Amino acid sequence: MAVGMNLYSRGDKLFALATSVLIGLFTVATFYPFIYIAAVSFSGGFAAAAGKVVLTPVDSTLAAYKYILTQPKFWISYGNTFIYTIGGTIMSLLIIIPGAYALSRPQLMGRRFWNLFVAFTLWFNAGLIPFFLNMRDLNLLDSYFGIIIGFAVNAFNLILLRNFFESLPQSFQEAARMDGANDFQILWKVYIPLSKPAIATITLFCIVSRWNGFFWAMVLLQSEEKIPLQVFLRHTIAFLSDDHEFTATLSSQPYSAESVTAAIIVCSIIPVLIVYPFIQKYFEKGILLGGVKE
Amino acid sequence: MSSGQDEKPESGVTEYDSKKSFKDKLIWLGDHFRNEWQLYVMLAPTIIWFLVFLYKPMYGLQIAFKDYSIFRGVAASPWVGWEHFHTLFSNDQFIRAFWNTIKISALNLLFGFPAPILLALMFNEILHVTYKRVAQTIVYLPHFISTVIIAGIVTTAFSPTAGVVNTIMGWFGLDSIYFLTRPEWFRPIFVGTGIWQEAGFGSIVFLAAIAGVNPSLYESAVVDGASRWQMMWKITLPCILPTIIIMLIIRIGNIMEVSFEMIILLYQPATYITADVVNTWVYRQGLESGQYDIAAAAGLFNAVVAFVLVMVANTLSRRYVRTSLW
Repeated sequence: MAVGMNLYSRGDKLFALATSVLIGLFTVATFYPFIYIAAVSFSGGFAAAAGKVVLTPVDSTLAAYKYILTQPKFWISYGNTFIYTIGGTIMSLLIIIPGAYALSRPQLMGRRFWNLFVAFTLWFNAGLIPFFLNMRDLNLLDSYFGIIIGFAVNAFNLILLRNFFESLPQSFQEAARMDGANDFQILWKVYIPLSKPAIATITLFCIVSRWNGFFWAMVLLQSEEKIPLQVFLRHTIAFLSDDHEFTATLSSQPYSAESVTAAIIVCSIIPVLIVYPFIQKYFEKGILLGGVKE
Repeated sequence: MSSGQDEKPESGVTEYDSKKSFKDKLIWLGDHFRNEWQLYVMLAPTIIWFLVFLYKPMYGLQIAFKDYSIFRGVAASPWVGWEHFHTLFSNDQFIRAFWNTIKISALNLLFGFPAPILLALMFNEILHVTYKRVAQTIVYLPHFISTVIIAGIVTTAFSPTAGVVNTIMGWFGLDSIYFLTRPEWFRPIFVGTGIWQEAGFGSIVFLAAIAGVNPSLYESAVVDGASRWQMMWKITLPCILPTIIIMLIIRIGNIMEVSFEMIILLYQPATYITADVVNTWVYRQGLESGQYDIAAAAGLFNAVVAFVLVMVANTLSRRYVRTSLW
């Protein structure tokens, strides 16, 4: 803002201080649960189960991590999450990028109809049951491919990219046509390089939703060896909290249901935390690309 | 290169003339596909995907009016008319789920909608750049954390014996509460978790709107001796009002969309009375109990209400903000 600091009156400084404090409180409140979970994951089983942990680990131990990291199922589900995330994101881009390009071209016959065809699915969808039955009829239950293809396109992402392509100047298109380029070449050599921020944003949205995807993976996948990390996490949390034997042997174990749950949470957040600083600049811009269309 | 270019170089559009004869139309079509076939090749995967994964289930929605059996399939199952809807509207659990959806959404709107606006206004007042940057980085983070993890954190933190919430309540001599089994606590926890997760990320849109406010407005206000507080109320807020209204309208259009994944992870039979929403009911009836037809009917009802709300929201937006949302 163009307002210099020296123009601030005493009241203004007080106001700025008050907002800084409030923002600080909200920030701490946002971050605290992560610190708490990390502290629980490094705490001894008894301390974690008895609610002794508030800010820092009590009776520090790596027992919960040893327990979870030696479970083969943990690593299998971690690998599956990578398969779904990478495969799913590539599939999404392969369909969405050419689709958005075609929808952005004025030459396309029935363009209004096709755009409505896409947008209608944002307003009305058949719901859980018909979608599930359809996946079953297509023989896509309990299949890697089913998860990858079944959630490949998101109408919102498609519209976002189409809007971006539409905003590029027509002159690029015309100049490339003059040089004898066809649509595939124009898309590949002109549109994609010019749309890096928009494509990066969509890639980011795809990766995040794939990494975090849980509900349909839980519903559609039956085999334990195909489930992604999120479903494994859910199974483990449910199993640990229901398993009375586990709780009964608590005193003899260096870990507890709580510390193991916390350790899995930490293990699945770490990759997000690693990439988060790199993606931040994209999503701040990207969210605005998806803004309201005039 | 294309004939369309030759005819109308400024827009690149080949005009479709309805007065042409049938033969001319065929020639025009032939030319069009010869020149532009690549566009249709590019569009094909998208169209096929939408047909197979979104429109085919809409065809499958007819089981809401049928006595569906998996052995007979969608088409061969006999029609039963509105029977499932009669059953639904005399089912107390479904009625309860419908009202719970509305109530939870209303709470989300009441508390969850102003939160990101307040946050954006406050971020705008912070002068220390690094402090602001760090705070923003942290408050955006929970948006990227999965539902399962958030639910895991909530379950741990609110646990009766192990959870930090009860530990801290113990310091003040309060009795331990098993929050997640108490119907009266479900909605506050659910709505609070939603604010914790999304308020920060939601503030981005409003911060962008604030960044778009004409700086000269502030400059002249400074000349007039206005305080920052007055500027926030008299300049910033009115200037971002269109954005606020648009976001509000979008929220109204999405009232039927409560994040049911989170509810499935947090609720239990003891809290169904306040926590069960239409989609969680559909999930239990359909995917857990196998009553596909009646669950599909409930889903259809939900989708129709949602569709009407979106259309109303879009009309409101067109009328009052002069922008169509889609």
